[in-house]
Amino acid sequence: MMLHVENLQVYYGAIHALKGVSFHLDKGEVVALIGANGAGKSTVLKTISGLLRPREGSVTFEGQVLEEVPPQDIVRKGVIHVPEGRKIFPRMTVTENLEMGAYIHADRAAINRDMESVFERFPRLKERRNQLGGTLSGGEQQMLAIGRGLMAHPSLLLLDEPSMGLSPLLVEQIFDIIQDINEQGTSILLVEQNAQMALAIADRAYVLETGKIVMQGTGDDLLQDSSVIEAYLGGH
Amino acid sequence: MDKPISTSTHNKLRLERYIRTAIGIVISAFLFWRIYNVVVLQQHFGADTWVRFGLSGLILGGMYALIAIGYTLVYGIMFMINFAHGEVMMLGAFGGYFTFEILRFIPAPTTASPDLNFLNANPFLSVLLAFVVGITISATAGFYLEKIAYRPLRNAPRLILLITAIGASTILQNLAMLLFGPQRKNVVNPDVLDRAAGWVINVGGNDVLISYTGVFSLVLSTLLMIGLFILVQRTKLGRAMRAVAQDKNTAFLMGVDVNDVVSKTFIISGALAGAAGVMWSIHMGLVNHFTGFLPGIKAFTAAVMGGIGNIPGAMLGGILLGVIEAIGPAGMGIDFQLKDVIAFSILVLVLIVRPSGILGEKLSEEKL
Repeated sequence: MMLHVENLQVYYGAIHALKGVSFHLDKGEVVALIGANGAGKSTVLKTISGLLRPREGSVTFEGQVLEEVPPQDIVRKGVIHVPEGRKIFPRMTVTENLEMGAYIHADRAAINRDMESVFERFPRLKERRNQLGGTLSGGEQQMLAIGRGLMAHPSLLLLDEPSMGLSPLLVEQIFDIIQDINEQGTSILLVEQNAQMALAIADRAYVLETGKIVMQGTGDDLLQDSSVIEAYLGGH
Repeated sequence: MDKPISTSTHNKLRLERYIRTAIGIVISAFLFWRIYNVVVLQQHFGADTWVRFGLSGLILGGMYALIAIGYTLVYGIMFMINFAHGEVMMLGAFGGYFTFEILRFIPAPTTASPDLNFLNANPFLSVLLAFVVGITISATAGFYLEKIAYRPLRNAPRLILLITAIGASTILQNLAMLLFGPQRKNVVNPDVLDRAAGWVINVGGNDVLISYTGVFSLVLSTLLMIGLFILVQRTKLGRAMRAVAQDKNTAFLMGVDVNDVVSKTFIISGALAGAAGVMWSIHMGLVNHFTGFLPGIKAFTAAVMGGIGNIPGAMLGGILLGVIEAIGPAGMGIDFQLKDVIAFSILVLVLIVRPSGILGEKLSEEKL
């Protein structure tokens, strides 16, 4: 088991956001967390990456307990969080944003090689390498956010709503890229509102509802499940 | 229900903009009339005087700029005004003064001049030492200031940080007074950096002295500003500082140790203020516990004028403020004692007419 989350209890002040969430992810898997707005999907990712601290419960990554580790050190363990809304540094160029992704690495030659391979994956970013992050379109920003995440050499990539605000064609493209990243050996924990796309590429998935996991199964099983179809796939 | 409210807000905003523009026009017209009168009609001062004023303004402006950068760096990263920053500069000025004092009493006799001291035997090394000591003291002060006074308040409302900063300023000032006494101290420079020595140029038939200390200060502050700019734009630490300023949480997700970057920002700010302090000692020649107060507030004015949070803005604001302050009283035909009034009138005017400063962008909601 690569990632093991056990009975996570997280509060925002008095608001009880996660009420005992438990799940796991095996090496090489794509696991999706789906659910409506406010179900607590992003909260799960923020707790894993250390931006939030659980009041109870544990996060274990490759045998190491994460919930006491400061966020900048969690990154060094290979858990990379691509946050919701891309969070590109708006007044830095594309290149500088990618350099920030490689912040934990020191080998100049390797960083340059990684940047070239990101540019290979996203030719658009290469065209715009000297443009400020804030001036990119939503799709380009998403590519930059994923590229920036890859610069860190993740063994587990946490993706928060990568399809948000993108056109259907771009969504398709982004999901192809996610699958490709997974095939090259990176495990992926995917948070999505676009349940259809997420379940299609996920090995397994969990359905989150008001801070609790209410259902789990393989991606295909959940795609067939009538209550999931009813609630998240627009029903029939 | 919704419409009348939004229209009235809109009208109010428009009215406010008109009032601001009107105030701006009235003040500009008045200033123009005043300056035209004094400079063109009365011709009270010759070209040499203006050159002299301009030069001293540039020199002072360079020091303001170095201090202003500290305000702007810290604001960019923590959204607080570090009002104790002037005191950090004062400590650097004392560092320079004491280095010279100590070196003056180390004998370094040669056969030609048996009374020679270290300060005059090795003026270059002495000045370098003064800067090393002053910068080290100020950088250390900046580091501990953040660690002791500000870090425990990281998540407190910003007003509390501001009050803490004012408190820290008073403490440092009084501490310096207790340690070094309240009287002003004359800084004795190496003989080659005599304040009255310099190049003499001829402007319109009159001699203008360009002092060595002034040129030295101006060149050094320019070099330091270039150095800082390279640090912020080209190095990994500079990128991390900008990342933290733009989005603290995402900086964490990149693996940036935010506390460490904040510490280093205070060290860099302190170092620049320390350099300005040593320049102040060398060029102005008088130091006491109150030395940092006015330059500190003026540099804050400069940072606001340039657009707080914006580094080139702080540099521009510092130089501009120095020059305006030096030329202003003569240009407007008012008493020279009123130069401080001019500086602070500028602060008030900038806050009324363009609160975001010359190069500053509109403050986003996120930053507020």
